[in-house]
Amino acid sequence: MSGVLYVASLRAHFHTPKGVVHAIDGVSLDIAPGRALGLVGESGCGKSVFARTVMGLLPSYARILPGSELRFQGQDLLALPARQRRALCGPEMAMIFQDPMTSLNPVMRIGDQIMEGMRFHLGTPKSEARARALELLTEVGIPQAEQRLRQYPHQLSGGMRQRVAISIALACEPTLLIADEPTTALDVTVQAGILDLLQREQRARHMSLILITHDLGVVAGRCDEVAVMYAGNIVEHADTAALFARTRMPYTQALLDSIPKLEQPPHQRLNSIGGRPPQLINPPDGCRFAPRCQYADAQCREALPPFIKDIYAGDVYDGDVSGGDACGGQVHGYACWRPLNSAPASANS
Amino acid sequence: MISGLLKLWLPLLWLLAVLVTALFAPQLGIRDPAAMDFIALSAPPSEDHWLGTDVLGRDLLARVAYGARVSLTVGFVAPLVGLLIGVWLGMLAGYYRGWLESVVVVAIDTLLALPGLVVLLLFALTFGGSLMNVSISLGILFIPVFTRIARANTLVYAEREFVLAARAMGARDFYILSREILPNVILPVIAYALVAVATAIVAEGALSFLGLSVPSPSPSWGGTIAEGREQLEEAPHISVVPALVMFLTVLSFNLVGDTLRARLADVRESAI
Repeated sequence: MSGVLYVASLRAHFHTPKGVVHAIDGVSLDIAPGRALGLVGESGCGKSVFARTVMGLLPSYARILPGSELRFQGQDLLALPARQRRALCGPEMAMIFQDPMTSLNPVMRIGDQIMEGMRFHLGTPKSEARARALELLTEVGIPQAEQRLRQYPHQLSGGMRQRVAISIALACEPTLLIADEPTTALDVTVQAGILDLLQREQRARHMSLILITHDLGVVAGRCDEVAVMYAGNIVEHADTAALFARTRMPYTQALLDSIPKLEQPPHQRLNSIGGRPPQLINPPDGCRFAPRCQYADAQCREALPPFIKDIYAGDVYDGDVSGGDACGGQVHGYACWRPLNSAPASANS
Repeated sequence: MISGLLKLWLPLLWLLAVLVTALFAPQLGIRDPAAMDFIALSAPPSEDHWLGTDVLGRDLLARVAYGARVSLTVGFVAPLVGLLIGVWLGMLAGYYRGWLESVVVVAIDTLLALPGLVVLLLFALTFGGSLMNVSISLGILFIPVFTRIARANTLVYAEREFVLAARAMGARDFYILSREILPNVILPVIAYALVAVATAIVAEGALSFLGLSVPSPSPSWGGTIAEGREQLEEAPHISVVPALVMFLTVLSFNLVGDTLRARLADVRESAI
C-alpha cells in the first residue's frame, strides 16, 4: 500500500450490444515511487483499457465492478468526486498516447498546448508558463524551441510531435506517467530516442512510469519490473531480470520466443503464437491461454489458475537462488497451473 | 493564376464594391432612392441616371445601392443566427451522444421537413415583414444545416486522441468543447456560412418579390425586380438591373465559399 498506485482485483466491463466484454478481469498491481513498470501483452488484452481506467478516461458504457480497488497515493480514486479526480490529472498523473498525429490538436499552437495544463491547473502566469514551455521543449530535445512554440503540429515530424506530447505530459510535474505504446506509431529510427528520453525523464524526476507496449524488447533495458497481460488478466509480474531469467508463464515464454534473434539463419520462419487471443465476451473457463498453450491439460481448461506469488528466497527455488542474480528476496508472481520450471529460460540469452 | 482571379479575386472585388456602395451611398453622391424624376419615367440608362429609372422615375442605381443594405443585412444576420444556434446544438449532440443527440436529430429533421417558403410566409404574415423578422425567420431555417455540419465534425474530432489527451490533463467538458473541438469544427462551418449568405440573399429576394420582406417604399432587390414586372416588354432594364446585381453577388459568395473550402481541404490534408 506504500506505492504510488495500488490496484487490487480491478474489473472493468464494457456493456456492448453483443454482450458484456470482460476488458479487465481482476488486475492487481502495486507501483512504488520512482519505479518503471512495463506492461506487456498482445493487442486487445486490456493494456490500454487499464491505462484509461487509472486515468479515469473510460467511455460511458464501461462499468468498474464493485470490489475493485484503485488507489493513488492512498486516495481511493473510485470514490473520488469527478472534480477532484480531474484535479489529479495533469499535476499528479499524466498520459502519453500512441499516435502523436492525433494526440495533438491540429489547430492549436504547440506552445499553447504545452502551457494549457500549467495555466489551468497550477495557475502559472502566462510569461512564466511560456518560459517553462521553452525549457521543456529544449529538454525533450527539440531544436529551435523558440520557433517551435509558435508552430502548429502539422509542421513537425512524428518523432517531434511525440516529444511535444511528452513535454505536455511533463509540464505539470506528474508523480505517475502512463505511456501507452508511445513508439508504436513512429519510425523505427526514432523509437529508441523517444524511449531513452522517457527513461531519462523518469529517472531525473523520480517519477513512476507505466510503459505500455507489445514489445518485450522495449521493456527489457528500461523498466524495473514487467507485468505481462493476457485477456484482461496479469499472468506474470516480476522484476525485469527475474522475468527474463526465470520465465514461469508459458505465454511470456511464447512472447519471448517470438522475438527474432540475430543468430538465426536468414529466411527462417519467425516464431509466432498460434491462434488468437480469446474473445472477451464470455471468456472460456479455465486459463485464458490454455487453448493456445502447448503445456495445457484438463485442469488448465477447467479452472482459472490463481495468481501465485513466489518469494525467491522461499521454498520454490530451494536455495538455488544464492548463485542467481540480484533478484533475491523479490516477488515473482504468475498465474499458471503448469509453470515452466525454475531452470533459467533457454530462449533468453 | 487565371482561375484564382476568376474564383477568388474578381468575386471579392465585386463584393467589396457592393459593400462600399451600400455603406457609403450618401457619401458617394448616390441619389435618394425615393426621389422621383417625372421627366424620366422608366428611362433607359443615361448620363443622368447611370442604370436608368423605374416606373415611378426613381433612380435604379440608388434603388440597388440602398437595396443592397437590406440584402446584405439579411444575408449576414440570417446565417449568423443559424450558425450560433446550430453549431452549439450540433456540438453538444455530437459530443454527448445518447438521448440528447436523438432529441436534436429529431428536432432538426422536423425543421428540415417543413417547407421553407411556407414557414417564411407564415412568419412574415404573423409578425410582419421587418428586416429583423425576415433575418430571424430565415436564420431559424438555417439551423438544421449548421447543426448537421457541426455534429458530423464533432463526431470525428471527439474520437481523436487529443480530446482524450485533454481529458487526461483534467479538462472539463465545456473546456474541451470550446477550446479543443470548436476551433476544429468552426473551419468547415465558416466555409459553409459563405454559401449560406448567398442562399439567404436569394431567399430574401424571393420574399421581397412576394412583398413579404421590408415594406414597399423602402428599396430592396427583390421588390425592385417585382416592380419592373409590369413593364418587362417596354423597359426590361428595371427588372434586369437588380436581378443582375443579385446574380453577381450570389455568384461571388458561392465562388469565394467554394475556393475557401477547397483551400481548407488542402490545409486539412497537410495537417493529418
